[in-house]
Amino acid sequence: MQNKDTEIMICRCEDITRQQVLDCIADGYRTIDEIKRVTRAGMGPCQGRTCRSLIAFELSRAYGVSMEEVLMPTFRPPTVPISLGTLADAYIEK
Amino acid sequence: MKNAYDIVIIGGGIMGCSVAFELAKNGRTDVLILEQEYLTSGATGRCGAGIRQQWGSPLNAKLAVESTHIFENIEEYTGYSGSCGLNQGGYLLVAYTEKEWAQFQKNLELQHSLGIGSFAVDLDGIKEIVPHINTEGMYGACFNAKDGHADPFHCTYAYAKGAERYGVDIATYTKVTGFVTEGGRIKAVETDKGTVQANIVINCTGGHAAQMASLVHDDLPIKPERHQILITEPVAHIMNPMVMSFHRHFYVQQTPHGSVIMGFGDPTEPVSFNIRASWQYLEENAYVVTKTLPALRELRVVRQWAGLYDMSPDRYPIINQAKAAEGFWTIAGFSGHGFMIAPRVAILVANHLAGKEDSIDINLLSTERYAKGELLVEPSVV
Repeated sequence: MQNKDTEIMICRCEDITRQQVLDCIADGYRTIDEIKRVTRAGMGPCQGRTCRSLIAFELSRAYGVSMEEVLMPTFRPPTVPISLGTLADAYIEK
Repeated sequence: MKNAYDIVIIGGGIMGCSVAFELAKNGRTDVLILEQEYLTSGATGRCGAGIRQQWGSPLNAKLAVESTHIFENIEEYTGYSGSCGLNQGGYLLVAYTEKEWAQFQKNLELQHSLGIGSFAVDLDGIKEIVPHINTEGMYGACFNAKDGHADPFHCTYAYAKGAERYGVDIATYTKVTGFVTEGGRIKAVETDKGTVQANIVINCTGGHAAQMASLVHDDLPIKPERHQILITEPVAHIMNPMVMSFHRHFYVQQTPHGSVIMGFGDPTEPVSFNIRASWQYLEENAYVVTKTLPALRELRVVRQWAGLYDMSPDRYPIINQAKAAEGFWTIAGFSGHGFMIAPRVAILVANHLAGKEDSIDINLLSTERYAKGELLVEPSVV
């Protein structure tokens, strides 16, 4: 079977393929946080809602650990994208 | 990780990794970097990653200029296969008070004497550089085209991988728990993975540096202070330079990727190790920045985070050998501009430890300056 890893999208926001994630792991990167920082996977508008668990799965397989043992990155606010205008209007000047 | 090294560096950020690289380049390759999480997990990976030469004091300006030269070809310099993402879109420093505007004229004079090509612009000139800016309340601005932004992760990995090729070891997820000294000299570093002997220990732990140094009874005036950042969704290119105001405590820049990244330094921020993001910050930064750049109101924020500045009394780094533990060095206190001057500071430290001459006197940066009352003082920081 042909290797399709270069065509499988792991992070849809930032166009990161499964192959890029596997390359990172082969390069010695050990956590979702590190892979996020070198590839931008998880930095797009959805903030890793899909790719986080897919990368965790690849890490769990590569390092032979359970999914629960894969370190999760910090879940950062805001929960959904929110415009600077909306935020600015909510500010009460000190 | 072996059980003994010539030099042990604590901290896997830009400072620790660049020092390891420069030391190894100078032939001191028996080096270990200890990092409690992963490389860039501390302040480096949380920083605004700006690079500027527009400083208000000569030593910072010199460190920044010579570091910029390295950033300009850091991939080749370190032998890195990735891209470190340097983008020299310039820095536009806007003046909102008469006093600030007067300080900028002094800064320009100093910068010109050092060959930095910065210049002053009036309100029309500001509009030419950033067409959608609101100039209300501004006196003018300074601009330098060589200033910009680089990727803090890739720059750090570039140094780390370069260091590894020289034989440097890196132990991530390894936490320092204490030190062993003997007869006033550093002997070993205790970690949660075992004890490592060392001739020299270099403390590059940013906001944690004073805490780390206190373990060898070295008292350093370095205080941690939370600074927060947010980033928006990527959009088409709308602005080249970093726009920065000291008076309103903000900086904002569009990255080559299209996201707009901005920070606000809350002047009332207390000393603490707190690195949690706050909603108050989100609203205040949005308010302050959109007053100057109303076009950004439409952009949506996708993420916010916080990190620690390592504040020193005069906003200048401290490079110091502990009195109570010879061989224990601290390189910290960068006060929010460590990333941009790290390349040159690393050379300064490596030259000193390799017994080589340097055009900068390393002793200027020791804590002696506080005892003598000879502060270096940087007037231009956010």
